[in-house]
Amino acid sequence: MEEISNLMHGFAVALTWKNLLFMFVGILLGVLIGVLPGLGGANGVAILLPLTFTMPPTSAIIMLSCIYWGALFGGAITSILFNIPGEPWSVATTFDGYPMAQKGHAGEALTAAFTSSFVGALVAVVLITFLAPLVAKFALKFGPPEYFAIQLLTFCSFIGMGREPPLKTLAAMMLGFALAAVGLDTVTGTLRMTFGTTHLLQGFDFLVAVIGLFGLGEILITMEEGLSFKGKSAKIDPKIVLRTWAKLPKYWVTSLRSCAIGCWMGITPGGATPASFMSYGMARRFSKTGEKFGDGEIEGVVAPETAAHAAGTSALLPMLTLGIPGSPTAAVLLGGLLIWGLQPGPLLFVEQKEFVWGLIASMYLGNIVGLLIVLTTVPWWAAILRIPFSIIAPVIVVICAIGAYTVHNNMFDVVMMLVFGVVGYLFKKLKYPLAPLVLALVLGDMAETAFRQSMLLSNGSMTIFFSNWLVGSIVTLALVILCYPLFTWFTGRLREKERRATEAR
Amino acid sequence: MATKNEVPAGAIRTRAVELAVALAIVAIGLVVVYDSHRVGVEWAEDGPRSGYFPNIIGWILTAAGGWIAGETLYRWKALGGAVFVKRDELKPVLLMLLPTIVYVGLVWLIGIYVASALYIGAFMRLQGRYGWLPALAVALGVPSAIFALFELWFLVPLPKGPIERMLGF
Repeated sequence: MEEISNLMHGFAVALTWKNLLFMFVGILLGVLIGVLPGLGGANGVAILLPLTFTMPPTSAIIMLSCIYWGALFGGAITSILFNIPGEPWSVATTFDGYPMAQKGHAGEALTAAFTSSFVGALVAVVLITFLAPLVAKFALKFGPPEYFAIQLLTFCSFIGMGREPPLKTLAAMMLGFALAAVGLDTVTGTLRMTFGTTHLLQGFDFLVAVIGLFGLGEILITMEEGLSFKGKSAKIDPKIVLRTWAKLPKYWVTSLRSCAIGCWMGITPGGATPASFMSYGMARRFSKTGEKFGDGEIEGVVAPETAAHAAGTSALLPMLTLGIPGSPTAAVLLGGLLIWGLQPGPLLFVEQKEFVWGLIASMYLGNIVGLLIVLTTVPWWAAILRIPFSIIAPVIVVICAIGAYTVHNNMFDVVMMLVFGVVGYLFKKLKYPLAPLVLALVLGDMAETAFRQSMLLSNGSMTIFFSNWLVGSIVTLALVILCYPLFTWFTGRLREKERRATEAR
Repeated sequence: MATKNEVPAGAIRTRAVELAVALAIVAIGLVVVYDSHRVGVEWAEDGPRSGYFPNIIGWILTAAGGWIAGETLYRWKALGGAVFVKRDELKPVLLMLLPTIVYVGLVWLIGIYVASALYIGAFMRLQGRYGWLPALAVALGVPSAIFALFELWFLVPLPKGPIERMLGF
């Protein structure tokens, strides 16, 4: 078992005092980001990324990925105690978590949520440990057409599998690609879409876009909803924790199913949010007490939390092995790797063994540390949420502005953040998804390069994407997924016609 | 006769915003196409020119935006009842957005620390109706903490203005 020995080596890398400290700080910052409105995993990591430029890459990614775990944990706190999802993926947790808190079982709900998050993440990390090296080895054989095919699959599954209208997904995605093309074309050295201004020479940085879209946009939406935080108080003592833990093994089937859903949705870029909804829906359908879901059923907390964490964690698998992130936060981490001079993709497993296995080991450790931290510090976070929004909102905007500035030490980026904030507000209200926009902005250059190289190989003929069984089947799969909304639309129309025909009779 | 298409006074209808955003997307798509043609969409001796890929992107963007705009117009009457934002909801949004625009302008002029202090203080005084003491405490405390974190600990310089220069930074 080569993986085991590699993993042990990884533990040796991750288990230094300094890295443990970074892990601890990362989790605390992550939970803070997770509970505050307007700061989420993706833009939290984006804001803190510039601070890690001077750190060694392994320590930096350990801290940043721990911020991500922390944010995943933190989302559950606001959902259960305040009925306000701190993160989109914890919306489903409010369905049963908040009723439990209303009945005075906040402690049980929180323990169940944290523990299932931990289980989901753990299963996903085990999957990464054993699957990632295989995927990486396989992907070493990929040429430009295969890479472009994989990216096509990623983007087609956003359109085909997303919850938003397919056309709006397409528009958001193409906007991302268009923004990615702005600036210097690295292949020919031509300036594209700069219109004579020097500000656009560097193009749009996706970190600035993430901070604006997810940060400022979220704040504007929160202002509109006029949130006042009136929450239940939480008491967690070891007795409640142990009592809840004794109950949880009963739900192993739900747990296992949620892990499977989460891992699948994480690796294919469905992401944590649909995974949590899907898992909640499945649990309600298959549970013996399904009709009680919504009144505070502990199983209704276990299912979405397990799936969300499994998805959030396994989203790092395609990021590390193929260089294609499965979620916006994974995209930001990918941006970090590029800045530190590490090229994500299959070669990472060959050339940067220490980094990869240190990161994977830190996923195990980070989740254990995270579980312990959140279980012991819940009352503090609840207290932070009681700070009125009129104090928190301007402070978060200031933090976002600093985050945008520090990406390139450029004032123009702060202005761009403002623009992206308004775009984020409009897009979110009109149900344009933001994740494909961000992912297209990150992957735009890579996708274009892969496409151009493929075209060069084939002298401009599209048949190269069907030139061997591997690339052919990926492209076919992508096209099938792309056409899936058309199929459901068509069958829906047929059914509607039949219904009308029978009614007319 | 009360129709379902009536919305509260001062409310903005979803269909209007939907159409505006879709048309903006079309406009961006056309700009991308135009610029791609400027740099060349065809093949040169050494392969596709710079506009080759963005040209495709631009056309898809134009088509997607056009389709959404067309659909909105086609169902214009049916969509009349949906409210994008009511007046009493829009007010807090603008009260957040407009000061933030001023703030970004101020950062440009006088540096991030003083601007942040003014922004947080003004927001707490006017929006949160706090007394001078808590407003001053947060308004001075947050920029000081940021200063310590960025300039002293992580050695990341942030934009500074005349006041910081006077203090010798």
